[in-house]
Amino acid sequence: MTLEVRSLKYTYGKYLVLDGVDLPIVDGEVIGILGPNGCGKTTLLKNLNKNLEPTGGCVMLDGESMADLSKKEIAREVAVVPQTNEIRFAFTVRDIVAMGRMPFQGMMGAPSGEDERIVDEAIRRTGLSKHVDRHINTMSGGERQRVIIARAIAQTPKYLLMDEPTLHLDISMQFDALNLVHKLSRETGLTVVIVSHDLGMVARYCDRIVMIHDHKVHCVGTPEEVLTPENMRTVFNVDAELVFDEKIGKNTVMLHDSLNEY
Amino acid sequence: MKENDKASGGIARPHMTRIDPKTVVTLLILLVLAVVCVFLDLSWVSEDLSYTFSEVWAALMGDGTWSSNIIVREFNAPRVVAGLFVGAGLAIAGTAMQAVFRNPLASPYILGLSSGASLGAAIGMLFTIPLIPSVVATPVLAFITCFATMMLVYTMSRVGGAVRTESLILSGVAVSSLLSALVSFLTFIAGDQLEGIVFWSMGNLGNADWNEIAFMAPIIVACILLLITQARPLNAMMIGDSHAMDLGVDVRRTRLFVLILSTMIVAAAVSFVGVIGFIGLVIPHILRILLGPDNTRIMPLSAVAGACFILICDYLSHVIAPYYGTLPIGVVTSLIGAPLFIYLLLRRKKEVGWN
Repeated sequence: MTLEVRSLKYTYGKYLVLDGVDLPIVDGEVIGILGPNGCGKTTLLKNLNKNLEPTGGCVMLDGESMADLSKKEIAREVAVVPQTNEIRFAFTVRDIVAMGRMPFQGMMGAPSGEDERIVDEAIRRTGLSKHVDRHINTMSGGERQRVIIARAIAQTPKYLLMDEPTLHLDISMQFDALNLVHKLSRETGLTVVIVSHDLGMVARYCDRIVMIHDHKVHCVGTPEEVLTPENMRTVFNVDAELVFDEKIGKNTVMLHDSLNEY
Repeated sequence: MKENDKASGGIARPHMTRIDPKTVVTLLILLVLAVVCVFLDLSWVSEDLSYTFSEVWAALMGDGTWSSNIIVREFNAPRVVAGLFVGAGLAIAGTAMQAVFRNPLASPYILGLSSGASLGAAIGMLFTIPLIPSVVATPVLAFITCFATMMLVYTMSRVGGAVRTESLILSGVAVSSLLSALVSFLTFIAGDQLEGIVFWSMGNLGNADWNEIAFMAPIIVACILLLITQARPLNAMMIGDSHAMDLGVDVRRTRLFVLILSTMIVAAAVSFVGVIGFIGLVIPHILRILLGPDNTRIMPLSAVAGACFILICDYLSHVIAPYYGTLPIGVVTSLIGAPLFIYLLLRRKKEVGWN
């Protein structure tokens, strides 16, 4: 199992978004892709499951270029939790989670017993057991994201991609979502790729961090290696430092001030 | 943790996706209703006479009276059979289009597809093309203009990758007005050639004869079956195109396939029985209220419900104003469907605070 990004280029029309990005993703790790808004993080993530197709370079899944794989084949190994968004139709929680099995199903026919079991397990793991019959269009942003995480788990992926998982969520919900996937990664060996601009969350949960700056990889390494005051100044234009929080035994980022000059 | 386990034990029982009792009951009711509708619509004779169901049965078996045999089997049966296929097809096409456009207001009539198809059909009826019989040329031309209309409306209503309700409906209305004007123009210059054009532009199931039904029915049935195979990808697309891609759906291919199938149904229906509106709006809406949005249930059921609905409307078109003759069926479906459309628009206005 490998997921590898080789000198990936992506352009929207004339606008260059990604300029030769290399990402060696280590299996079983939680890796954060960190950068300010508009640096091309979401575009990078969408290239990791062929939601977008690269303009140059390639993404390799198990040694094969994604260009040669069907979307369905990719969806069996790579699941995505996109930024939370509105769903207008009244699907139940279970309907949505069950969609995670689509990459494994033919066009017709009822879901197998195995499918049902996996869906039940995903619902249990995400603590949604009491909500199976609720309608998704009546749920809050945090609850909807939990359902989408359950759907991604039901996809039984090797790789889980998360796009700004903390955006639009209440603070407690942000911790809940990341605690859940972090635990999942440690227990099942799932590789998690988190795209975010949230320094504190990435410092706390990620084994390694890739910092994106000017459409290129600025640096790669452990939080200690990457989240130096210099790097955070260059990329985010903030005065900040990484500190180890003794109370919880985890890293966090102390934000001092903006360095913008007006 | 213990609580969680208990709860998961609760949901491990066969659930929703297996066999949903509500769906089965609805299906059974609809099937019974369909049989009743068939008999009801076969039984109509004139403003003061209807056959009983046993007389209809006898006539169907060839054991009726001389006149009941003729009326039931030769006058009424083609109309009823055409209705079954057209109603089923239009309803499922509406369901599929609402999923593709992620919009409960999308339907063949409102997006101007029916007008699009009627332009092609009118051309096909007016001008004979050498070597190609009109029974083939008309639906083919209808399909071409119908598909062009679909692409035009879709392109017009896309704003930065998203299709908004307002722009979708406005585009549909605008394109539809232009096409209707063109059809009226053709009608005007054609004089007597487009016989019964009024009936045709407002729908008339009695237009189809057995030959035409034999041509139309296999097309509609094939399209219905192929649309049902797309139910799962369409579910994912109702959540969002990007979600669907993440779940392995080839969104562009699915969308094109579904739109072509829907267009073929509309073209076939319009070519032989004219424009019958609102079925594709009313039926999926009611079924979604009853059973939720899951297309694996809604699509097959909408076919059966659409067939029932069109036969009821056809029967009503005979009995609403008996002494003035038969109403065009499109008038009846619009009388029922348009108020629902208005209601849906008003409700939407409340939701998004339209001003």
